[in-house]
Amino acid sequence: MTVQDPPAPVSRAISNASLAQRAYRIRRHALLMGEVQGQGYIAQALGIADVLAVSYFHAMTYRADDPEWEGRDRFLLSIGHYAIALYAALIEAAIIPEEEIPTYGADDSRLPMSGMAAYTPGMEITGGSLGQGLPIAIGVALGLRRKSLGSFVYTLFSDGELDEGATWEAAMSASTHRLANLIGIVDVNNMQADGPSTGIMAFEPLGPKFEAFGWFVQRVDGNDLDALTTAFDRARHHDWPGPRIVICDTKMGRGVPFLEARERNHFLNVGPEEWSQALEVLDAARPL
Amino acid sequence: MRDKYRRPDLSQSGAARLRTSAMIASIADAQDETRQAPFGEALVKLAAERPEVVGMTADLAKYTDLHVFAKAYPDRFYQMGMAEQLLMGAAAGLAREGFIPFATTYAVFASRRAYDFIAMAIAEENLNVKIACALPGLTTGYGPSHQATEDLAIFRGMPNLTIIDPCDALEIEQAVPAMADHAGPVYMRLLRGKVPVVLDRYDYRFEIGRAKRLVDGSDVLFISSGLMTMRVLKAAERLATDRISAAVLHVPTIKPLDEATIVAEAGKPGRLVVVAENHSIVGGLGEAVAGVLMRNGIAARFRQIALPDAFLDAGALPTLHDRYGLSVDAVMTTVKAWL
Ligand SMILES: Cc1ncc(C[n+]2csc(CCOP(=O)(O)OP(=O)(O)O)c2C)c(N)n1
Ligand SMILES: [Mg+2]
Repeated sequence: MTVQDPPAPVSRAISNASLAQRAYRIRRHALLMGEVQGQGYIAQALGIADVLAVSYFHAMTYRADDPEWEGRDRFLLSIGHYAIALYAALIEAAIIPEEEIPTYGADDSRLPMSGMAAYTPGMEITGGSLGQGLPIAIGVALGLRRKSLGSFVYTLFSDGELDEGATWEAAMSASTHRLANLIGIVDVNNMQADGPSTGIMAFEPLGPKFEAFGWFVQRVDGNDLDALTTAFDRARHHDWPGPRIVICDTKMGRGVPFLEARERNHFLNVGPEEWSQALEVLDAARPL
Repeated sequence: MRDKYRRPDLSQSGAARLRTSAMIASIADAQDETRQAPFGEALVKLAAERPEVVGMTADLAKYTDLHVFAKAYPDRFYQMGMAEQLLMGAAAGLAREGFIPFATTYAVFASRRAYDFIAMAIAEENLNVKIACALPGLTTGYGPSHQATEDLAIFRGMPNLTIIDPCDALEIEQAVPAMADHAGPVYMRLLRGKVPVVLDRYDYRFEIGRAKRLVDGSDVLFISSGLMTMRVLKAAERLATDRISAAVLHVPTIKPLDEATIVAEAGKPGRLVVVAENHSIVGGLGEAVAGVLMRNGIAARFRQIALPDAFLDAGALPTLHDRYGLSVDAVMTTVKAWL
């Protein structure tokens, strides 16, 4: 499927200027949580903040005071280790109170290091055993259709998860079942546990792969809010009768240059004094 | 039941909260002597003598100490990506061609995701694949996705598979060449990173299939494997100061089980038999020993220290070891209550 002009999207009141503020605040919440543990998947959180800002403050429909409202769009976080990023978005969306930031990863917290459905309001699935998000999304999309709900299921997965066979089983299944209510989001940050993803598994060219599997494919700079809003609008409104995917090329550590520059950044150790430096750098570039 | 809609009490001071330290929590106590990456180092040593040894991983070289091997022998290292089923299938293929692959991932992913590939591509043909898996039982506070609380239960049911659960760095170093010498598939529960050295204080050598008594005693017989041997050795020392005499039988090979030694030790009258394992109470060493005792007509007083049949909490590892009864303190309390 080649990308065509979408039908005019339903216009939303939120401007990209305020999306930039949302993204900035998501990054800020994530840094504050990272500081509690002194380490973690902070580079991923900074990299995916723009995608989450567009998901939660442009694309998705939900009720902050009723996270299980039947009519909501579902957001499945396949990558459990990105929980810190999603918590930050859920805090910004007022689904989780900001006061809980200091409990991140602590004993008996509602914000464990890996995302789990039983712990956290707004966390739809238990991720962490990677490669399960897209298969689960197939079932959720089928279920939404059976119930005649117009909701979308968004599922965020990683370039590392492209290694798992189950991802591609689901990719074929999605077009078999013509799941037009399924929006996949892949974070291509070119990193996984042992190093740069493209050196670990030859998953490129990725767009043509999904196209060949029957998906409506868009590939965007995942740190460009304009590109993301356009892509999410198209994903939602395009008349393609099957699943849609937004491939997002992101920069790990985005917004904090000295963290962007770290090479092995799958699991970052950040020095005690570096957290305040990171916040300063982020705040200095704060959008107006 | 956990209630995610109940807000936490935020009044306690932040200092009281423990850090999770995620994946890389060490099982060593502060005063323990440790060695770095014993598995990786031992594999490098073995590879010098055995050209047929190769290393493979599913995007976890760094977290299973296989990076040491990858660095020493880059052309004998295969990065299979985060694809555990592929890892096991490809390991079977290399073994068919005469190589001895050491394949690494986390215990949860080998046991839960790749089981069928290990069963049919590897074990059914008795192929020479050595599977070494980090994070066995409860060795991370990261939550159920990474806590392999039932890996022994899963793998004990697999014919042809030898299962070992080493206690310390020394035993891992001895197990690596023993795995290569053994004809057939082996699953090893791997302790990684800074691994304590404990067994040097005993006259001990690892042999596949052999249980060995490390300490003798008259009131309690601990039967243990893996890191729980470390814990019960410490508990036995401390119990001695309370005039409780505890023996420790270390059973590093879970399958095949050294039935003769277990029967001989547990058959001695007058001791409380306590099987201690870093595993669910379902289907691990405890139930395996219970079966041996029943089949041999030994009616010892029998207790299990094991993880509950539940998906465990996330949190700091020391907190969880206390909560679920695996810490030395918890072992002491439990055993005293049984005496
Ligand atoms: C099935 C499975 N295998 C292995 C792991 C261990 N693991 C945790 S994160 C990770 C890397 C995954 O790649 P990606 O999500 O792209 O990493 P990131 O971008 O966060 O560096 C691996 C292998 C896992 N969680 N699940
Ligand atoms: Mg990645």
